[in-house]
Amino acid sequence: MLQLNHIHKTFYPNTPDERQALVDLHQELSGGDVVTIIGSNGAGKSTLLNTIAGSIVPDEGDVVIDGNDVTRLSEQKRAAYIGRVFQDPKAGTAPGMTIEENMMISLGRTKRRSLFRGVTKQLRQQFREHLATLEIGLENRLNTKVGLLSGGERQALSLLMATFTEPKILLLDEHTAALDPSKEELILRLTRDLVERHQLTTVMVTHQMEQAIAFGNRLWMMDEGKVIFEANDETKQDLTVEDLLDQFQAIRGKKMANDRALLTK
Amino acid sequence: MLQALYGAVESGLIYALMALGVYISFRLLDFPDLTVDGSFVTGGAVTSVMVVSGVDPFTATLAGAAVGFLVGCITGILHTKGNINPLLAGILMMVALYSINLRIMGQPNIPLLNETTVFTVVENWWQTLNLQGIVMAPFEALGIAAYVPSSLDVLVAATILMVIVKKLLDFFLRTEAGTTLRATGDNQTMVRSFSANTNVYIVVGIGVSNMLVAFSGSMVVQHNGFADINLGVGMIIIGLASVIIGEVLFSFGSDKIVRTTLAVILGAIVYRMIYAVALQVDFLEASDMKLITALIVVAALVVPNWLGQTNAKQQYKKSKANAAKQEARQADAEGEKSHATAQSHS
Ligand SMILES: Nc1ncnc2c1ncn2[C@@H]1O[C@H](COP(=O)(O)OP(=O)(O)OP(=O)(O)O)[C@@H](O)[C@H]1O
Ligand SMILES: [Mg+2]
Repeated sequence: MLQLNHIHKTFYPNTPDERQALVDLHQELSGGDVVTIIGSNGAGKSTLLNTIAGSIVPDEGDVVIDGNDVTRLSEQKRAAYIGRVFQDPKAGTAPGMTIEENMMISLGRTKRRSLFRGVTKQLRQQFREHLATLEIGLENRLNTKVGLLSGGERQALSLLMATFTEPKILLLDEHTAALDPSKEELILRLTRDLVERHQLTTVMVTHQMEQAIAFGNRLWMMDEGKVIFEANDETKQDLTVEDLLDQFQAIRGKKMANDRALLTK
Repeated sequence: MLQALYGAVESGLIYALMALGVYISFRLLDFPDLTVDGSFVTGGAVTSVMVVSGVDPFTATLAGAAVGFLVGCITGILHTKGNINPLLAGILMMVALYSINLRIMGQPNIPLLNETTVFTVVENWWQTLNLQGIVMAPFEALGIAAYVPSSLDVLVAATILMVIVKKLLDFFLRTEAGTTLRATGDNQTMVRSFSANTNVYIVVGIGVSNMLVAFSGSMVVQHNGFADINLGVGMIIIGLASVIIGEVLFSFGSDKIVRTTLAVILGAIVYRMIYAVALQVDFLEASDMKLITALIVVAALVVPNWLGQTNAKQQYKKSKANAAKQEARQADAEGEKSHATAQSHS
C-alpha cells in the first residue's frame, strides 16, 4: 500500500546548518498495516510523515501509494489518498465554521467540489450517524462553531474527518500529545475504533512507548533519519519498554533522548 | 431632508454591492484587499467609455463587472503565485490601476448626463408602464403621499437588483465550493489537507469580490452622471465601515451567511444615511467625510472586540444548553423504550 524507496532529505545542504533529516529510508507497508514510530527528538519522524503527505519533497527516492508514484504530486493532490491528524487540535478544523460545514469540507477530499448546495439534509443525517460513533454528543451540535469545542472534542472531530472518507493512508503525528491524559485515552480509543472499522493503513508517531507497543501491528524506532529497529506482528507482542531502550542503547551506544518520551505509564 | 434620506437609501443600495465585495475579501477570505480603490473606478471607467460610445448600458455594466473580476484575479495571483503579501498585492494593483483607469477613460472625467444609462432605461420603462401611479396608489389612499419621494424608480430597481445579488451570493457561499472558499479564509492548511487547491479559491474569491466592487462602481457613475478618476479614493474604508456598521447593528450575534449579507447591505445604507446627515451639518464639509469614515472604522474595530467576546460566550452557552436538551430528550426516549421492553418481558 505504501512504499518508501531510498528516501533522502537534507535541510540546508552545504551550509553549517546542514541537517540530514532522512537518510536512505527504505520501508514498505501492506494494506491494513498499522505502524507506530518512536524515536528521539529530531530523529526525522515528522519529516517522514511530511514527506509521505507531500508537504516536504524528498531530495532522492520516491513515495508510492497503492501503486501510484506520488513523489511529484503536490500536497493537495496527494491529499486525495491521505487522511491526516496534526498534533495541534486547532490545525485540523476550521474554527469559524460549524461542525457540519467542516465535515462537508472533509468530504471533498475524494471528489470535486461542486456548485450545488453544500450541506444537504441527506448529508446532515450521514454526518450525524458518523458523529454519533464518537459517543461524545457532537451529533447534537451540528451547527456549533468548531472554535467553541474543547481541545479533545476538536481532535476527535479532526480524527473523524480524516478517517470517515477512508483514505488509503492515515498519518498521525503525536495527535494525542497536546491533550490531557483522560482526553488522550479517549482519542486513542477512537483512533483504534476508526482504524479498525475502516481497515486503514496507518502511520502513527507517538512519544509514549507503551502506546507504541500496544497499538498496531508494527513498530519502527527511528534515529538520525533512519529506522534503526523494527518489530512486527510476532516480535512486537513480547516487547517491553525496557527492551526498546536497551535496543536503542545497544545500537546507538547512547541513551534515547526525547523530552516528551514517557518511558512508563 | 426626507428627500436626502431617500437618496441615501438609493445610493446605499448601490454602494452595498461594493460593501459585499469587501465583506468577501476582508471577512470571508481574511484577505485585506486594497485593490478596491482601483477596481471601483475601473468598473465605472469601462462602463462610461462604452456608454459614451453608444453601447447598450446593460452590456456596458456587465463588462465593467467582468473587468473587475479579472482585476481581482490578478491581485489573487500576485498573492498566491507571486508570494506577495496581501496588503502589498492590493496596494500595487491600486496604484497600477490608477494609470490603467486613466488610459481607459482617456481623460480624468467623463460626463454621462445626456447618455443612455441603466437608470434612464429604467426610468423609461417606469413611465411607459406608468408604475409610478400604481406604486403611489396605496400611499395616496393612506394620505401620506407627500412623504414618499417623487420618483421611486431607482429605489425600486436598486432594491430588486440587491435582492437578486444577495440571493445569488447566499446560494454560492453555501455550495460545496462556497463553503470551501469560506474555510480557506479560516484555516488554509486544513482546507489544503482535504485536497482543495486553496490558491484557486483565493484567486476566484478575490475575483468575485472585485467583480462586485466594479459592478458597484459602474452603477455609481451612471447614477452620478459622470465618471471621475478619483472616485475610488478611500473606497475601501467606506466598504469596511459599511461592513462593520452592518455587523454591529444588524447581525444580532448571528453569523449565518444569510443574516450577515443582509447586515452588510443595511450597513451600507446606514453609512449613506450618516453621510447625508453629516452633509446637513453646517460646520462639516463633504471632504470631512473621509475623516469621519476613518473614525467610524476605528471605533467599530475597537468596540466589537469586546462585543465579539460576549457573543462567543453566549453562543457557547446556547449550544451547550441545546445539546443538553437534546440529550435529555434522547435519554427520555430511551428510558421509555427500555421501560416498554421491560413491560413486554414481564
Ligand atoms: N522545515 C525544516 N527546515 C529545516 N530543518 C528542519 C525542518 N523540519 C525539520 N528539520 C530538521 O530535521 C530534523 C528532523 O526533524 P523532525 O521534525 O522530523 O524530527 P522529529 O523526529 O519529528 O522530532 P520530535 O520528536 O522533536 O518531533 C531536525 O534536526 C530538524 O531540526
Ligand atoms: Mg515531530
